Amino acid sequence: MRYLPLTPDDRKSMLAKIGAPDMDALFRDVPRAAVVPLSVFDLPDTQGELAVDRALTKIAARNVAAGAAPFFCGAGAYRHHVPSAVDHLIQRSEFLTSYTPYQPEIAQGTLQTLFEFQTQVALLTGMEVANASLYDGSTATAEAVLMAQRVTRRPKAILSGGLHPHYAETVETVAALSGVVTRAPVTPGKAEDIAALIDDETACVVVQSPDVFGLIRNLRPIAQAAHAKGALLIAVVTEAVSLGLLESPGAQGADIVACEGQSIGNGLNFGGPYVGLFAAREKFLRQMPGRLCGETADADGQRGFVLTLSTREQHIRREKATSNICTNSGLCALAFTIHLSLLGEEGLTRLARLNHARACELADRLARVPGVQVITDSFFNEFTLKLPRPAAPLVDALAAKGVIAGVPASRLLPHEASARDLLIVAVTETTTDEDFDALEAALKGALS
Amino acid sequence: MSMNNQGRPTSAGNAGNTSELATISGDRGLHHEERLIFEIGRAGMTGVDLPESQVTDARLGGMRRRGEIGLPGLSEPEVIRHYVRLSRMNYAIDAGLYPLGSCTMKHNPRLNEKMARLPGFGDLHPLAPRSTTQGALALISELMRWLTTLTGMPAVAMSPKAGAHGELCGLLAIRAAIEARGEKRPRILVPESAHGTNPATAALAGFTVDQVPAKPNGHVDAEALKVKLGPDVAGIMLTNPNTCGLFEPDIIAMAEAVHKAGGYFYCDGANFNAIAGRVRPGDLGIDAMHINLHKTFSTPHGGGGPGAGPVVLSERLAPFAPLPLLVADKDGFRLVEDRAELPAGAKPFGRMSAFHGQMGMFVRALAYMLSHGRDGVRQASEDAVLSANYILASLKDIMSAPFGDGPCMHEALFDDTFLEGTGVTTLDFAKAMIDEGYHPMTMYFPLVVHGAMLIEPTESESKESLDRFITVLRGLAEDAKAGRKARFDGAPHFAPRRRLDETAAARKPVLRWRRETMPEAAE
Repeated sequence: MRYLPLTPDDRKSMLAKIGAPDMDALFRDVPRAAVVPLSVFDLPDTQGELAVDRALTKIAARNVAAGAAPFFCGAGAYRHHVPSAVDHLIQRSEFLTSYTPYQPEIAQGTLQTLFEFQTQVALLTGMEVANASLYDGSTATAEAVLMAQRVTRRPKAILSGGLHPHYAETVETVAALSGVVTRAPVTPGKAEDIAALIDDETACVVVQSPDVFGLIRNLRPIAQAAHAKGALLIAVVTEAVSLGLLESPGAQGADIVACEGQSIGNGLNFGGPYVGLFAAREKFLRQMPGRLCGETADADGQRGFVLTLSTREQHIRREKATSNICTNSGLCALAFTIHLSLLGEEGLTRLARLNHARACELADRLARVPGVQVITDSFFNEFTLKLPRPAAPLVDALAAKGVIAGVPASRLLPHEASARDLLIVAVTETTTDEDFDALEAALKGALS
Repeated sequence: MSMNNQGRPTSAGNAGNTSELATISGDRGLHHEERLIFEIGRAGMTGVDLPESQVTDARLGGMRRRGEIGLPGLSEPEVIRHYVRLSRMNYAIDAGLYPLGSCTMKHNPRLNEKMARLPGFGDLHPLAPRSTTQGALALISELMRWLTTLTGMPAVAMSPKAGAHGELCGLLAIRAAIEARGEKRPRILVPESAHGTNPATAALAGFTVDQVPAKPNGHVDAEALKVKLGPDVAGIMLTNPNTCGLFEPDIIAMAEAVHKAGGYFYCDGANFNAIAGRVRPGDLGIDAMHINLHKTFSTPHGGGGPGAGPVVLSERLAPFAPLPLLVADKDGFRLVEDRAELPAGAKPFGRMSAFHGQMGMFVRALAYMLSHGRDGVRQASEDAVLSANYILASLKDIMSAPFGDGPCMHEALFDDTFLEGTGVTTLDFAKAMIDEGYHPMTMYFPLVVHGAMLIEPTESESKESLDRFITVLRGLAEDAKAGRKARFDGAPHFAPRRRLDETAAARKPVLRWRRETMPEAAE
C-alpha cells in the first residue's frame, strides 16, 4: 500500500523491540468478542491511484457542474471566479498539511494569515473585532444567537422571515434549548415589520440582508428598535461580495455579524466546506465563540502572533466554554484572505458593481418575458421572479433542457404558499451573455 | 563530514559562529520577514483585472456603501510572494513527523485533493436540481456505506462539520430519543480524561456534566461509573481508545450498564484510527460516534480545518438523525429536507447546518478509503498502533510512561516524572524539539497525567524516521537529566520566532491591524 512506509521486516523488528509476539498482543485490551476478521467488511481491497481516479472521475461525471451549463443558482452559495493563484497557494504543503497553530514559533504563517483574515472581516462587516472563522454562515448565525442570549441574559431570538430557511432551522435546533426562537412571517419581496415583535424578553433580532429572496434590507431602524429595548441586532450576510457595494452591517448598527464567506475564495463544493465569518462589537469580546489570533512579541521583541483569549474555549474552559468549536475552517479562511488580498479595495468594489450591473441587466430582460414579474425592487446580484405557475417543476423541466434556472423558493420553504411560484435567480461575473440568452429563451419557451 | 560528488571533503572553512551576525535586510537566507498585507498594499492597485461597470442607486434600496472599506491593493506577484513567504514559517506533516497526540497528523494523499477539485464535485451547487447532482448523492451514499460497514452501525448522519459538531449532533439525537420516551434526563457522565469538546458539547446540548474519575492505570473507573448511573442520566460520553492512548477493556460492560440504566452511549471517535478495520464500534454497544474524517480518513487539517464529523448511529438513535436525509427511490437519490416527506419512522431532531455537509471532505475521505481498501485501512490502524508502541518501548526507560507496563494503542503517553529536579519543564522539552526540527507532541493533555506528553506518530512514518525521532528524544532526555540545560532555556532558538508572550497577548488583546496605530515612517 503506497501510503504505508513500514515493510514486513520493519514490522517484525519493531514487534521484537516491543517484546510482543504479534499484533494481537498489542490489542490485548480489546475484548476478544469485539475483534472481527477482515471478511466481515463487505468492502473492496486496496487499489492503485489510477483505478481510484477513474472510479471517482466517473461518479463526478454524473453531475452537471455549474460551469457546464447556463447556471443561475444562489440562495446562500455563489459561483464566482476564483483566481488561479488562490488554489495554488492554499495547496502549499505548509498551509494544507499543518495543524491548528498551537505552537506559534513554527506556525507564524498560519497565524499571520489569520490576523489578516480577522482584520479583513472586521473591515468588510464594519465591526470592531472578528474571530478566526466558524464552520459556515448558518452555524455562525446560531453561535451569534447563543452569544446574544449570554450577553443579554434574555431567552428570545426573533428571526426575520427573510433569513435563509436553512439558517433559521439551524438556529432553532440549538438556540431553542437555551431559549425561545420565533420566526417572523415570510414576506417575499417585502420587509416585514420585525421591530414590532421586539419585547423586553428579546435577546436579539436576526435579519439577513440581502435576504433570501435577494431584497436589500435597511438595518438602521431595526438596530434602533432593538437597542431601545435592550436587544441586539444580528446581521446575516450570505453573499460576502455584496459588502463591496452595500453599506456594512456595522455602519447600520449591527451588534454581531454572521456571514457566509464562501463566495470569496471558495468553490461551491455542493454545500461545504465553507467558511463562517463572525464579527462583533469589542465590548462583547469575552463572549465570542471560536478562536482568536492576537498580536504579541517574542523573547527577542520581534512582532509575532498567537492564539489568544483561549480561556473562553473548550480545551481550557470545558463545560463553561463559550462554544464547543475546535476545528474550524482554517484553509477556507486562508482562501478567503488570499482572494480578498488579490482583489483589494479596487477589485472588490469593481467585482461587486459588476455583479449588480449584470443582475440588473438580466432582471430587466426577464421582466419582459410575458407572465414573469420581478418582485424584488432592490437587490445585489440575486432577485426573485414570480412565475405564472409553480417554480419547482419548471426548474426541473429546464434542467432537462440544459438550463439551471435558479433555486425554486419552495425548495427552501415547502409549506409557504406564497413561495410556490417564486424562482430565486443569481447572477455573478461568471454568468455570460449567452447564459442570459439561454435562460430568457428557456423561460419564454416554457411559459408560452 | 559530508562529501561532495567529486569525493573531496567539504568544509565550512573558517566561517566561525555566524548566528549572532545581523543582516542588513533583517532576513536570514531562506527565512524572510514579512509585513502584514495592510502594510505592503497601496490604494488603486489590484491583483484581479475586472471591467468597470456603471451602477446606479436605483435598485440598491438606499443602502449603497458610502465610505471606503480600507482594504490594501496589491498585484498578483506581490500577493503570491507574501503568502509563499508566510507559508515557509509553518511546520507541516509534508515536511516532517508531526507527533501531535489526539490530532492524527498523517499523510494527506494528493490524489484526494485532485478528486475533490473535479468540476463535478467542486463546482456543484448544493441546491442544483436533483437530476444534475445524482453523482454527488451517489458518492455520499457510498461514503455512508463505508462508514456504516467499518463501524458496524446501521445509520450515519453526514451533515456535522467537524468533531465537536458531530458530538453535538449525537447528543441532540440522544436528547430527542429521551424526550420521545417522555422522560427527562438532565445529566451526562464524562470522564475526566475527556477532550474539552465533550463537556462543552454536553453543556451546549443542555445537559449538566458529571465527571467520572480515571483509575491509576489510565482506564475509566467502570465501578465509579456504575455508581453514578440513574434515572436522571441521559448517557455517557466516552472516548475509545481513550485519551491516554488505551483501549477501555471494560467498554462492553460499561455500555451494558448505561443501557440498563436507560441511558445512551456516546463515543468520541477521535481515536477510531487505532481500531478501524479490526474492531467495529457497533459491536461494543455504542449508540452514537462521530468520525473525524480529518483524522482517521486523512482529509488535510489545513491549519485548523475544515474538518468533517459524520455521526454513526445505533438502531435506537437512527430515527432522530437530523435533516437532510438521503434516500434512494426509483428515480435515483433524493435529499429529504421537508418534514412532510419523511420516510416511515423518521423523527429528525432538527438541522445541523445549511445544505448537506462537507462534500469536499467526503470526496477526499472516499478517495482515501478506496485507495486503502479494507485491508489497507486495517493495516494503517495496525501500523499506527505498532509505531506508537515502538516509540513507547524505545523511550520508556529514559522518559517516564505512566501506563507503560502494557501496550498502548495509536499514541504513547509520557509524563514529566523524568524531568523532576532537572529544572526542565514539559514545555521546555517540547520547545527544544522545535530546534531539533520536530513539531512538539501534545502537551499537558490528557489532564489526568501530570505534565503529559502525548505522542502519536501515525502509520505514515518509516522505521528510519521513527528511529531518528527516538534518537533525538533520547538525546534531549539525557541532556535534561545530566543538567545540560542550555538547549532548553528559552527554546526554541532556531525557529522563525522565539517564545512568544502569550500573557501579554491576552492582557491587552490586539486582534486586528488598525491604520491609526501604524507609525508614519513605516511606509
